Amino acid sequence: MQTDFQTIATQAMQFIMPEGILTLFACAALVLDVMLPRDRKRFVAWVSLLGVGLAFASLWILYTSIVSKGTPRTAFFDMIVLDSYAVVFKSIFLIGAALSILLSIKYLEIEGEQRGEYYGLILFSVIGMMFMASSVDLLALFISLELMAVSVYILVGYFRRDKKSNEASMKYFLLGAFSSGVLLYGISMVYGLTGSTNLAKIAAALPIVASANFNPFGAAAPPDMRYLLLMSMILMAAGMFFKVAAVPFHMWAPDAYEGAPTSITAFMSVGVKAASFAMFGRLFLYGLPDLRGSLAGDPASGIPSLPGWALLLGIVSAITIVWGNLGALTQNNTKRLLAYSSISHAGYVLLGLIAGNQTGYTGFVIYLFIYTIMNLGVFGCIIALRRRGIVGDRMEDLNGLMKKAPGLTVMMTIFLLSLGGIPPTAGFIGKFYLFAGLIETGNPWLVRLAILAVLMSVVSLYYYIRFIRAMYIEGETEPQPVTLAPSLRVALVAAAILVIYIGVFPQRLIDLTQKAATSPGLKTYSYQQGATKPAEPATPPPARGMPGERDRQTATPPR
Amino acid sequence: MTVLLALLLQTPPRAGGPPSPGPVATPPIYGYIPIVIFFLIAVLLPVVLLGVSRLVQRQVFEREKLMPYECGVDPIGDARDRFSVRFYIVAMLFLVFDVETIFLFPWAVIYDRLAVFGLVEMLLFIGILVVGYYYAWQKGALEWA
Repeated sequence: MQTDFQTIATQAMQFIMPEGILTLFACAALVLDVMLPRDRKRFVAWVSLLGVGLAFASLWILYTSIVSKGTPRTAFFDMIVLDSYAVVFKSIFLIGAALSILLSIKYLEIEGEQRGEYYGLILFSVIGMMFMASSVDLLALFISLELMAVSVYILVGYFRRDKKSNEASMKYFLLGAFSSGVLLYGISMVYGLTGSTNLAKIAAALPIVASANFNPFGAAAPPDMRYLLLMSMILMAAGMFFKVAAVPFHMWAPDAYEGAPTSITAFMSVGVKAASFAMFGRLFLYGLPDLRGSLAGDPASGIPSLPGWALLLGIVSAITIVWGNLGALTQNNTKRLLAYSSISHAGYVLLGLIAGNQTGYTGFVIYLFIYTIMNLGVFGCIIALRRRGIVGDRMEDLNGLMKKAPGLTVMMTIFLLSLGGIPPTAGFIGKFYLFAGLIETGNPWLVRLAILAVLMSVVSLYYYIRFIRAMYIEGETEPQPVTLAPSLRVALVAAAILVIYIGVFPQRLIDLTQKAATSPGLKTYSYQQGATKPAEPATPPPARGMPGERDRQTATPPR
Repeated sequence: MTVLLALLLQTPPRAGGPPSPGPVATPPIYGYIPIVIFFLIAVLLPVVLLGVSRLVQRQVFEREKLMPYECGVDPIGDARDRFSVRFYIVAMLFLVFDVETIFLFPWAVIYDRLAVFGLVEMLLFIGILVVGYYYAWQKGALEWA
């Protein structure tokens, strides 16, 4: 008979092979840093890049040999699951990490901070992100979240001699620690109410705990557990809102983004955000699916029915979209502006969770994928402006860029238009799926939310086009030439090609992300006369053609 | 708030009450009344002690009395002194290896059941720690000067 330990050694280990490889290379980066002489530190970057590449290869092998062949596999006593949701998110993180490392090499040399710890910490945080995407246990989720967060706190304060960087790191650390505490409080209450930290078991226990007549101990006046359940849900959501920088909890983002090294701003605006959304999806779609719509009350005994997380997320995403876009309008520091833009993008991504149908989930995953590439591209262009004596994060630094570096300007334009959601670029595909998901539900309030989001993305074009105006129309304000380092050029060209390619031929990515959006355990919902009722668990949609047709056919139109 | 209070202060069902649906012997939700009482005492005790002594004390302040207490001798310098950052590094290193020891103890207790797998797993753990140790050593974290 096989013991648990033998199972882990022979089978479970292969499921975490990509993370294992990354751990090895992260340790190697630390050791190499102290072994190499000062002028050879750049070698560490290439070693880390090799590690990311190998991890990607092993992820691909896992995908083709296990994940694409059927049911998801769990390991480590149901703590880790390997499904297409996890695989797609892990590939997002790895692509993000590879591009960030490429962006960093020259930048750190200019700043005189080329050190191995930097790459080691990036790899460690990617390990945390990858475990966040595949954990289905509250404890494993929390530990991997902290692994990611602690590494990023250090990276934000990486320029030790820069006061701004230190301040950013301190703010980010304090608020991050606070939000982790809030999240943990919610987690502890969910554990107390459901008796398990496993998301599947929590989801199974929820219908019982959430019913208005839940009375396990036969008390004469049974306590209404739904309030506690809702409170723990709100606490968990608040913790996650902090991490994704959604509006009531977004204060840290502009300061942290401005103070951090630009390459780290790029990395955290995509990696940390995508990972937090991966965890958000796991927590709410896998762990608390029954808290989505309203919790039925009991009119006979006067117990009111209570709203679920769809309402909370809807309100938060509406405020986030409006606030993020309005906040970005008046910024003159490009990093700060992009921080506000990334806040508004967090609001857009939330729409996918709110829609609750196949299209919405596809949009959720696809948008994070595309956002990673296009946002890294924009930050790469800003990094390219960093020269001797010029920080390059003011709007004026872009003036007359078309004459100095036409190639860079064209790529920057592509990324900006993609962020704004203009059709031939990838950003359009992502936004299309997010908004289509909302409209497909047929719920009048969700349609209004979609209209608001569309209007606000028109507003966002104003500040993206401010960049373009500075680059094409304004005259040069300083004569120093802009040259692209080879590594930066590779990263930017690759990102630009991907953005255009996905925009023109999106089908491959859509197929991939649809698999993630249909993993078993993910519940879809259809709306009937404005009320939420859980539909059957998702079945894979037809391979070609628009997703969510099934939902559209069954959902009755609103009055 | 009222919901929480209601949760805490409920009385357990009497013996003749409605029969409970499951084989639940002592529901944990009713055990909180002693904690509430304890909490109240914990809040009241310092308030009462400080308040009473404030009421009955003779208020005479002189220089000797207002001086910070430092083991009976006259204090030298300000208490808000800057410490060398090395103290913190040593404290952090201590923490890491302290956690290692805590992991090693339960592992050693059931080592005979974990067998080779346990050995390999602990070697992995210690291997990662050794990397960190080597890094700290080379960075000069273990040297005081």
